Amino acid sequence: MLVPMEWLNDYIDPGVSVDEFCDRMIMSGSNLETCEEFGTEIENVVVGRIEKIEPHPDADKLVICRMDVGEDELLQIVTGAPNVFEGALVPVALHKSRIPGPLHGQPKQEGGVKITKGKLRGVESFGMLCSCGELGFEDKVVPVAHRDGIWILDEDQVPGTQLTDALGLKQHVVDFEITPNRPDCLAMVGMAREASATFGQPFDYPDTKMEKEDGKGEAADHVSVEIKNPESCKRYVARVVTDIKVEQSPWWLQKRLMYAGMRPINNIVDITNFVMLEYGQPIHAFDIRQVKGGKIVVENASAGEVFTTLDETERTLSGDMLMIKDGERSIAVAGVMGGLNSEIEADTSTIIVESANFAGDSVRRTAKSLGLRTEASARFEKGIDPNLCADAADRVCRLIEMVGAGKVCPGRVDVYPTPEAARTIDVRVDRINHVLGIELSREEMVAMLEGLEIQVAGEGNVMTVTAPTVRQDLLIEEDYVEEIARMYGYDRLPVTMPRSNNEVTIPYGWELRDLARNTLCALGLNEIQTYSFVSPASVDRIRIGEDSWERAFVKLINPLGEENSVMRTVLTPNMLETLARNYARNIEEAAAFEIGNTFMASELNADHLPDEDYALCIGLYGGEQDFFTLKGIICEMLKVLGIREPIFTAESEYGPYHPGRCARISAAASEQMKAAGVETEELGIMGEIHPDVAEEFGLDGVRVYCCEIMFSAIMRKADTEVVYTPLPKFPAVTRDIALLVDEELEVGRIEEIIRSKGGEILEDVRLFDVYRGKQVDEGKKSVAFALVYRDREKTLTDEEVTAVHEDVLAALKDNLNAVLREI
Amino acid sequence: MQEQLNQILEDARAQLEGAKTAGETDEVRVRFLGKKGRLTEILRGMGKLSPEDRKTTGQMANQVRNEIEGLLADRFAAVKAAEKEAQFAREKIDVTEPGKARTLGVKHPLNITMDEISRVFRNMGYSIVEGPEVETVFNNFDALNAGPNHPARDMTDTFYISDDVLLRTQTSPVQIRTLLSAKPPIKVISPGRVFRCDTPDATHSPMFHQVEGLLVDEGVTMADLKGTLDSFAKQLFGTSTRTKFRPHHFPFTEPSAEMDVSCFKCGGKGCRVCKGSGWIEILGCGMVHPSVLEVGGLDTEKYTGFAFGLGVERVAMLKYGVDDIRLFYENDMRFINQFK
Repeated sequence: MLVPMEWLNDYIDPGVSVDEFCDRMIMSGSNLETCEEFGTEIENVVVGRIEKIEPHPDADKLVICRMDVGEDELLQIVTGAPNVFEGALVPVALHKSRIPGPLHGQPKQEGGVKITKGKLRGVESFGMLCSCGELGFEDKVVPVAHRDGIWILDEDQVPGTQLTDALGLKQHVVDFEITPNRPDCLAMVGMAREASATFGQPFDYPDTKMEKEDGKGEAADHVSVEIKNPESCKRYVARVVTDIKVEQSPWWLQKRLMYAGMRPINNIVDITNFVMLEYGQPIHAFDIRQVKGGKIVVENASAGEVFTTLDETERTLSGDMLMIKDGERSIAVAGVMGGLNSEIEADTSTIIVESANFAGDSVRRTAKSLGLRTEASARFEKGIDPNLCADAADRVCRLIEMVGAGKVCPGRVDVYPTPEAARTIDVRVDRINHVLGIELSREEMVAMLEGLEIQVAGEGNVMTVTAPTVRQDLLIEEDYVEEIARMYGYDRLPVTMPRSNNEVTIPYGWELRDLARNTLCALGLNEIQTYSFVSPASVDRIRIGEDSWERAFVKLINPLGEENSVMRTVLTPNMLETLARNYARNIEEAAAFEIGNTFMASELNADHLPDEDYALCIGLYGGEQDFFTLKGIICEMLKVLGIREPIFTAESEYGPYHPGRCARISAAASEQMKAAGVETEELGIMGEIHPDVAEEFGLDGVRVYCCEIMFSAIMRKADTEVVYTPLPKFPAVTRDIALLVDEELEVGRIEEIIRSKGGEILEDVRLFDVYRGKQVDEGKKSVAFALVYRDREKTLTDEEVTAVHEDVLAALKDNLNAVLREI
Repeated sequence: MQEQLNQILEDARAQLEGAKTAGETDEVRVRFLGKKGRLTEILRGMGKLSPEDRKTTGQMANQVRNEIEGLLADRFAAVKAAEKEAQFAREKIDVTEPGKARTLGVKHPLNITMDEISRVFRNMGYSIVEGPEVETVFNNFDALNAGPNHPARDMTDTFYISDDVLLRTQTSPVQIRTLLSAKPPIKVISPGRVFRCDTPDATHSPMFHQVEGLLVDEGVTMADLKGTLDSFAKQLFGTSTRTKFRPHHFPFTEPSAEMDVSCFKCGGKGCRVCKGSGWIEILGCGMVHPSVLEVGGLDTEKYTGFAFGLGVERVAMLKYGVDDIRLFYENDMRFINQFK
């Protein structure tokens, strides 16, 4: 909401500097977007009269103007503006002047543009004639009358006067942020009311008292109003003005509109806009010649009706759209836009001024389905006090009379089936103090409320308050708590600490994720964050099978684009994208992880949301990193989470991974699940990314390793309790063995046999070498293990160790055909 | 005999002076005190002497042996010290050569920021609760007192999954979940992801993070809200931080406020970061609206509360001077590595 200070001063003088005005308005609830001072970059620009125009000897598009700028001699200025004429009063930037700019066709410069004398095509020019835009006004507020040329000033200006003085161009414009609960502040009167309460100064309502009211006949002689749909139209006020003269508005009116961000068009349109900004009440004017029978009927459109709005667009209407009709046809879409068929024209002589209240819901629906949001519709949508209609209509008429644009007919036609009554409720002094933590007296509160035009009755603790009907936000006691708080000043409220005391709890999943995150960072991985929504094609890119669970997407109805249209079911595609981005930026090595939500579609309704589960994805490329680097990271992290013996099983079928370098990760099932026949519980999957997938992401030429682990499974298996095992008192015996086995045999299988036969005294088994080559036949490999034997109760004898060790070797030979080899 | 002994002593002294290493020193020891050493020979030959001579000669010989042993000990020490010194000289390294990297990974800056915020509130006795990213329209809007025509409900603002399921636009629905499941005193924060229909640019992201806070108990006042958030700001941004509460509007709080903190770049004098105002808007807050408390079935006469919500990206951008929000989701390792 742009508030030009000069305009606000028409109603109230806050009596403080602009800075203080802004600061105190912020603290009383009107937050500031900006506060700009206009006109500071205009220096040495004066009013000039074009006395004579001569052609330029060498340029068809330029003319030489001889200007009266209040000096003894005329000033010669060359201009290319098409709209100059002899006798015109225009702004003249003299030699050594400054204007805000930008100059035509150039970008805006900080600090404005310096103007000096110069030659244009060989003819001296001692300054420049200026357009509105060159003097700092945005294109959208430049008056229609001189949109394409030099600013032609009103006839009563005196040559030689400084332009800023002559026009009052220097002033502050404050842009307030109006929150949706305060549509009453989208009006100058509303801001004046706020300022009045804030600064304790009275304010003047706009002048609505007619002086002549000398139009032909009474309003009711010209027009009748019928509301057929009172739910959607709470009130309709019509006034009539005859002897209309459509012309430019006087400068004071144009200026107020321009600084408030609107373009002056002509006096009638300008006055309707002015009153809309002043009261927040949209106004429409009809040419009475086009209102057949002078009949205004408010009713719904006929379905399929075609109607052309003021913007010359044909629109097809539906049966729930509220229209203004005359005796025969539609003439406006109520609260949205007028019809082309009843527009004010240059020869319009009598108008009907419409000041009506249309229901926000109805206007919102219509504007939305027509795709037509206007200043008027936006205001109706936010809600307007129907009690404003009469004052706003009167104000329009008063202004028309004041600027001499027409003669107002006495009386108004006012259809108001159910007048809006002011709301009265009881609020308690002690409750307000209790919630705010202060101790104000009733008298102090009453003064604050009355400053806001809220009437207070009753006595003692109970204040019976009645808010003005413009304040549609004051409904319950808490709303008054806020009024008192902001009038008292949030900055004056005391600063205390709550005395609430309770146990602090942290969700278990949160703690585990924290633990995993800390561990992975300690292991040298960087954490990343990627979008929760992805492209449905993301799973194609990682070669996920047709009917896989990864395709059970939760879909967005209104995504920003296909690439963000479904919720992710896995994190791997985002990880690969991240790695690829880094790789493309010539980062040689990366190790990253993400812990984030994944989403699985299930039966979707308000009672049943999709399954959300945290997943962990790790991604590595470059450096010395390989499959076993990743496996090592995973094992260490699982160990920290208390999952000490994860099981890795080769997997050759899962699309994203290299078929020979992929493992499913699981953990032994709980006793309960084992009883139900389940041996292991899956935790996730890891491996080297399939070369086709890597290439798809632009990661060709580098091996990429990833894993995806489900946090819900981790949570079930995790055990972060640590119980100490006493340190061994007796020595260990280590026996190293080298075995010749088939290439295909997994070392995990060998270790399994060793462990099963090693029994109680086998403390540890460690693979320390895998050898292929000399002295080992093709298709075979040599694997070397260190077996550590220890008894916790006594020193083992050689015989005891040998007995067990021989058992182990025999089992290896019998089960795996593993032959002992000399080391 | 005396002369002979003196000669032995002098010879030992001279030879020891020439011994450069522990080995050479030991050789000297063997030559004089070893089994066939010169002094040992003399002591062995003492049996042939008369008892008187044996006594005096024994005394003299022992004295010489003691002296030689003393000399040996000194020499050994000196030689060892010299050897150490030589070793140190040999082993001298260039300490300006680069260290062998054992790199620590880095948490994402948004999580670092979220952790810091959470830590402050945990220290003030707030529990952590979590809610889903896919939420019901009821929890995200209806129960939070956002009217049926509230502009935030538009498809242009909010991502929908169905008519009554959406991607939460704020962490505030966790307030509803908490009020429906817990009894006062309620004192929780809830960090998490939220979503809004914004096309990504330097200052907008369709997904970002918030931390929500809720305290409900008997006798909670707006002064308590100020005290809590003022303390939070001082803990997060430094003890000299000042706060300013301005009236604002949120459907689920009444009265509502926005909190500014004094600019931590310029201290309030006005700079580029605070756009010259000296203040930076940091969070929205207010006293919980009675209609929200009623969702939780609470007696609004007895219980009051406050709630607040702050944008994690905004705090992180301000704290670290990050000027483009998209950097957080690009995950360039060179970016993340800076937050070590």
